[in-house]
Amino acid sequence: MSDIAHHIPEPILAAYAASSLPRVFEVVVATHISMCDSCRGALAAHEALGGTVLEGLAEAPVSDTLLAGVMDRLDHAQPDAAPAPKREGIYPGPVMAALKSRPPRWKSLGFGVKQAILEAGDDGSLRLLHIPPGRAVPDHGHNGLELTLVLQGSFSDETGAFGVGDLEVADGDLEHTPTAGEEAPCICLAATDAPLRFQSFVPRLLQPLFKI
Amino acid sequence: MVITIDPPAAQIAPCLPAAGALVRDERPTVAPKDELSEQTQQMLAVRDRRDKRAFAALFDYYAPRLKGFVMRGGMDAAQAEEVVQEVMLTLWRKADQFDPERAQVSGWIYQITRNRQIDTVRRTARPMPEELREPEGHDPDPGQMLALEQETEELRGALARLKPDQREMIERAYLGELTHQEINTQTGVPLGTIKSRIRLGLERLRHELKELREP
Ligand SMILES: [Zn+2]
Repeated sequence: MSDIAHHIPEPILAAYAASSLPRVFEVVVATHISMCDSCRGALAAHEALGGTVLEGLAEAPVSDTLLAGVMDRLDHAQPDAAPAPKREGIYPGPVMAALKSRPPRWKSLGFGVKQAILEAGDDGSLRLLHIPPGRAVPDHGHNGLELTLVLQGSFSDETGAFGVGDLEVADGDLEHTPTAGEEAPCICLAATDAPLRFQSFVPRLLQPLFKI
Repeated sequence: MVITIDPPAAQIAPCLPAAGALVRDERPTVAPKDELSEQTQQMLAVRDRRDKRAFAALFDYYAPRLKGFVMRGGMDAAQAEEVVQEVMLTLWRKADQFDPERAQVSGWIYQITRNRQIDTVRRTARPMPEELREPEGHDPDPGQMLALEQETEELRGALARLKPDQREMIERAYLGELTHQEINTQTGVPLGTIKSRIRLGLERLRHELKELREP
């Protein structure tokens, strides 16, 4: 846990605290925080600042009956409907929630690389990637932001080395070729707010088909 | 805005005194209760004794602020009061999760409110980190609680000293009106010290959880 070297950038943490981050990135941020006390503490600091903002805004008087209404409901306050999913193996709670507590449904991308799409919609896509030891994933660029979090093994690329718990933040400019470490298959959680542009490996035309 | 980046975590936390290393009598003799804010004391009364009068006092303090906060986000008064009710009920229901060594009431309410607003808009539960609960019989450290209150007080002071346009940017950021790309200029609210303080609370908790597992 203390070996994590690549953390969540402050603007992304602040946006997560303020709930202004697209949902697919929230899953990655929540997963990293489940693995990283440093970012858990940093998030709480942003929430403290949010609380300070909340306290300092202009007050709006509430209706006279509101308090009585709430007091009446205290004794009947419903407990939580369903408890949040727990970590299973390498998958922390937020990943299990995105998986709906089912095992990932891997689909081959060729050359031993597999992916399991967890969410794909207008605000981006979320998937798990499985890369065999030593294998490189072809060059790809991004139209938008991509967050990649290592859950097992490691990978390295032009920007550095990433182990379990490390988060890579790639913006529109980065074109990189991640290569999995030799020690084990690398499993990552990756979120993008735009479709990836692969430059080799899978022809561009097939992208809609494979949802990559 | 800044949201000043602080020293890496490793620098922050010298070892905590091992449990038992600090004999109770050596702790500061000031009655710490008297120095905790009213809201913290009331929240602890709600958590530990299910005290309804304390809850009503929290309601009186936070409900108008919450309503103002939610209406700033564009909700009408009636909808905003719905949210206020839901948030205050959540506060009551989840009171056992309140940990004054890691969070202040206002920060906790802020988090509950943002979650609530998002859940309503998206109609699905917001992705949340795994919870870190304090173990049964956790013996809170009054020094840590007080220090966190002081840090929060300093945060309030720093926010108040900002130029109006800077403060406006911070407000917009934490009201959720800015994207992460827009949250990137200097604002001058240093989060580093409160971050270190919260980390101490987390480390103490981790330490206790570890001891539970390895008696
Ligand atoms: Zn981190």
